[in-house]
Amino acid sequence: MNEIRQATSQSAPMTHRQWLMSDRPQSRLQARLGRAYMTWQRFSANRLAVAGLCIILLLILIAIFADVLAPHSPVIGNLGGARLLPPGSGGYLLGTDDQGRDILSRLLHGSRLTLLVIVLVAIIAAPIGLLVGAISGYAGGWVDAVLMRMTDIFLAFPKLVLALAFVAAMGPGIENAILAIAITSWPPYARIARAETLSVRNSDYIAAVRLMGASPFRIVLRHVMPMCVSSLIVRVTLDMAGIILTAAGLGFLGLGAQPPLPEWGAMIASGRRFILDQWWVATMPGIAILIVSLGFNLLGDGLRDALDPRESGQ
Amino acid sequence: MMHSLNKHVRMLTAGAALSLILMAGAPAFAETPADTLVEGWAIDDIITMDPGEAFELSTAEVTANTYNYLVRLDLNDTSKVVGDLAESWTVSDDGLTYTFKLKPDLKFASGNPVTADDVAYSFERVVKLDKSPAFILTQFGLTGDNVTEKAKATDAGTFTFTVDKAYAPSFVLNCLTATVGAVVDKKLVLEHVAAVTPSDEYKYDNDFGNEWLKTGYAGSGAFKLREWRANEVVVMERNDNYYGEKAPLARVIYRHMKESSGQRLALEAGDIDVARNLEPGDFDAVSKNTDLATTNAPKGTVYYFSLNQKNANLAKPEVAEAFKYLVDYDAIGSTLIKGIGDIHQTFLPKGVLGELGENPYKLDVAKAKELLAKAGLADGFSVTMDVRNTQPITGVAESIQQTLAQANIKLEIIPGDGKQTLTKYRARTHDIYIGQWGQDYFDPNSNAETFTVNPDNSDEGKNKTLAWRNTWDVPKEWTEESKAALLEKDATKRAEMYKDLQKKVLEKSPFVIVFQQTEVAGYRGKVKGFKLGPSFDTNYVFTVSKD
Amino acid sequence: MTIPETTQLAGRKRARANNWAKSVLRFLVIIITTYLGLLAVTFFIGRVIPIDPVLAVLGDRAPAHVVERTRELMGFNKPLYIQFFIYVRDALTGNFGTSVLTTNPVMTDIRRVFPATLELATFGTIIGSLFGVPLGVLAAVKRGSIADQIVRVVGLVGYSVPIFWLALLSLLLFYAKLRWVAYPGRIDIVYEYSFTPVTGLYLLDSFWQGQWDVFRDVFRHIILPAGLLGYFSLAYISRMTRSFMLNELGQEYIVAARAKGLSETRIIWGHALRNAAVPLVTVIALSYAGLLEGSVLAETVFAWPGLGLYITNSLQNADMNAVLGGTIVIGSVFIAINILSDLLYRTLDPRTRAR
Repeated sequence: MNEIRQATSQSAPMTHRQWLMSDRPQSRLQARLGRAYMTWQRFSANRLAVAGLCIILLLILIAIFADVLAPHSPVIGNLGGARLLPPGSGGYLLGTDDQGRDILSRLLHGSRLTLLVIVLVAIIAAPIGLLVGAISGYAGGWVDAVLMRMTDIFLAFPKLVLALAFVAAMGPGIENAILAIAITSWPPYARIARAETLSVRNSDYIAAVRLMGASPFRIVLRHVMPMCVSSLIVRVTLDMAGIILTAAGLGFLGLGAQPPLPEWGAMIASGRRFILDQWWVATMPGIAILIVSLGFNLLGDGLRDALDPRESGQ
Repeated sequence: MMHSLNKHVRMLTAGAALSLILMAGAPAFAETPADTLVEGWAIDDIITMDPGEAFELSTAEVTANTYNYLVRLDLNDTSKVVGDLAESWTVSDDGLTYTFKLKPDLKFASGNPVTADDVAYSFERVVKLDKSPAFILTQFGLTGDNVTEKAKATDAGTFTFTVDKAYAPSFVLNCLTATVGAVVDKKLVLEHVAAVTPSDEYKYDNDFGNEWLKTGYAGSGAFKLREWRANEVVVMERNDNYYGEKAPLARVIYRHMKESSGQRLALEAGDIDVARNLEPGDFDAVSKNTDLATTNAPKGTVYYFSLNQKNANLAKPEVAEAFKYLVDYDAIGSTLIKGIGDIHQTFLPKGVLGELGENPYKLDVAKAKELLAKAGLADGFSVTMDVRNTQPITGVAESIQQTLAQANIKLEIIPGDGKQTLTKYRARTHDIYIGQWGQDYFDPNSNAETFTVNPDNSDEGKNKTLAWRNTWDVPKEWTEESKAALLEKDATKRAEMYKDLQKKVLEKSPFVIVFQQTEVAGYRGKVKGFKLGPSFDTNYVFTVSKD
Repeated sequence: MTIPETTQLAGRKRARANNWAKSVLRFLVIIITTYLGLLAVTFFIGRVIPIDPVLAVLGDRAPAHVVERTRELMGFNKPLYIQFFIYVRDALTGNFGTSVLTTNPVMTDIRRVFPATLELATFGTIIGSLFGVPLGVLAAVKRGSIADQIVRVVGLVGYSVPIFWLALLSLLLFYAKLRWVAYPGRIDIVYEYSFTPVTGLYLLDSFWQGQWDVFRDVFRHIILPAGLLGYFSLAYISRMTRSFMLNELGQEYIVAARAKGLSETRIIWGHALRNAAVPLVTVIALSYAGLLEGSVLAETVFAWPGLGLYITNSLQNADMNAVLGGTIVIGSVFIAINILSDLLYRTLDPRTRAR
């Protein structure tokens, strides 16, 4: 839950201190904040993007307060007495599933798993991609060739099949699914980081740092990698929906979270059997996935437009 | 010109949309042809069509419809057998030699005559190939060296079979009804044998047509096998050379469909005639539909979960007993397996000689807690269960997970594909395994042996029965009793011995047997004479017709 | 012609030949290393996967001694590096071995299932481009309007919806409730034995042979999965079209064209789209490759007997020969499309050519 709190507090300072953002920044901090404010203004002008942000914030809140919000237990059901009830009946707002569990409660608790997956994948995959890309781009030569070849190999694999194979090899489960998704999603980040690195490698300030006798290791770590971060963040945000969908796909194929965890993809898979008579069992978690990944897409889209005005065409 | 490009694109788009609606819009009236039966069925277990090698449930049904044996199970009384290719048979006084007289003028689908020589060759190839089901024959003392002596044609119409001990004749004959006893067309098979370099593992210079028969066909049954495509389809066509009454249908197609809901949909739409893997909800809906009919038959398959005795907690006898009280049998019976199974707690399924049919255990959390406390585990413990990704196994496992939690036992479900969970099970690296066990052949010994015989409990043990897989050191007397029952000629006494064994296993064993499978099928109203047999190799389609 | 001149010319020629040889060599190295990587990864997965491959050959109920014998026959008791060597050698000679699951040579299987995936992906891409490009143009032209927002949301929903879920719901609606489309699969069992495909692309084959009832049936089978995949490629294509078009519409030549008094339609379709077409071809090619590999889940739901389903099935049975074969095919297609679109881009786009 730590990561979540960090995420919320990050966005908080942007909304305050508006008057500070004048055109003549006095300090580095002010310049930065000023730029952030401009970005935020561009971002908030995009109503869809704000809607996306709201969805994500709501998701985070739900994940935090799932225990309070959920009317029933997400894992213990009433097999004999309340199986496959339609939405609204007997105090079950979204109905019950085949084990007699409240679908709403499961969805609310499932938001934690969704957040867990995307946060962990981002934490694992982005640094790997960044490191590989930065080293590859900065070192050049055979190091570049070898690393990029590796990247290409992973890119040439069908992503879902590769994730499938990894999970099959390591055993199903939410941790392995996260690992498998991370393993398959770093190559594009490496590509981006490499491209960014190539563009700054021969710049004057890197040359200056080099002249000052910094080790290549230090240059990459302190001066090259930070330059790649912002474009990487946008890319990761844009990818989050894809990560959610891949996780759900693995769950759907029975390779993700195991029962009784209320993972949304797995819930669709188990509801699939009742789709003809009890449509709600499979439909509800699908809607949840759709809303959340739409939220991430809107957010990522808005972020990209706000951070990089060129892309939006003007 | 530029303008027309715009128009062009618009027209294309409109045209595409229009054609989509036109082509797809007309409602479908799918109908299968009148002389063809299309069954929707999960046939992904099939790995070979060679009756000497196949040991899978789906293959058993295909083999039963396309091949003939010496004797078959009597559908009216499953404790007896009737002649198939054999007109009559006698057992010598010492109980060692069985002599079969074949019916006259029998022919294979190829047109070749069926002779005792073909029977002998069929036995020989099974024993020499020594594939999975071969033990059903080799347990009578047959080896590659003596098979041609022990199973031989004395003349074109007489086949003699010599066993090594005076077994109960019902046991020997029951084993011969297994699909491994199918008679193949020697002449045809010999045309397709592949050369093999003999080695220590395999001493013969040819493969007895095994490679060809994996997808080929050399039988004499009511149908002939036309094609099998893995995970897609099995096609059988009427065999006009069949000795019995000719099948009314020209063609039977098994179409691979995994999902129950998909099968039901296709059945309702008329895309298939029979749906074979209906789950309770769909089965309910089908039985309420007036255009459709349903049928069912109890099958010799029990669903159980078992506790690996390598796990120190699970090895305590009180824990094993507590588990038996921690299953909500009633709720499971009335929901998850409603219509497709009956609660059944003993190892011999209904319909088999010696069945006990007692179900003493009920969900009783207090009693279970008491037992756990006695074992020093009042606070519970954590344990894993390997569960394959199919229904109703997953559902039952999840239900057990919830009831175990009430006694503070935290069950972690490890889902996997069937082959994954089996790999672990066979390597004895599981904690708890949940799955099903189907009889190898229609005789009480099949289940009695696997549940109560474990001569070598070490990891190197050669006899890998279910008892071995769970590292369960079966009491010596039980194993003795099981073996003695094999030689008991008096059927009533033999039955009593199996009943006694079942009681013992029910009380003290790491096996918690939950229910027996009932096979169900839904079919279109125009399908006549569709019946499910008492075992998987007696689901005959050669009596089925269509209006 | 003086002597130095000719040597100079020969030198330039040699340099060009050298360059050419170098790029071919580079190309070969890329392909070989990628393939070796694919082989290594599949081999690795195949060995660590906790499924006993012998089980797939024999089933559950085989006696112990049979299992032992088969393990030896399959070479699983040899050292790992020897197994890998054999594996690479076989794969390099185009011998992917026999599928344990189907008992056919893997290449035979792939030849049978690949056209199914190809047909589905092609049809999907056609639908996606046919609708995606006009929608993208529309969104770009009417930038900021309601139409733009709608196209944007339609596209974003395509990015956000779980394909298997949408597939399930559409199957429920169009097959179960409305009966507009046919049961999952490629073709009705009725036609399976009256129709002999030539290319394996059923739509094309039945059309060619003039078997209209078969064509109709095949169409009713393919339309739903292809439509769904088409929607996903539409989401991508419309979005990229919009952004390319916005880029072009902001260029000076458009302003010039407007100043010349050309009609707006002509400017949009004739000039801007024509210029945007170059990167667009790449995008469509990439989305095509994406559909080829991305059809795994769709094929599972629609029981479409294509490569995706084949790989998933094989994987679950530890049938690594089949998994490898399938992955190599998809990998090759992916590499080929990438290289092709790259080449296309280079030859079509004057800017990159100049560089």
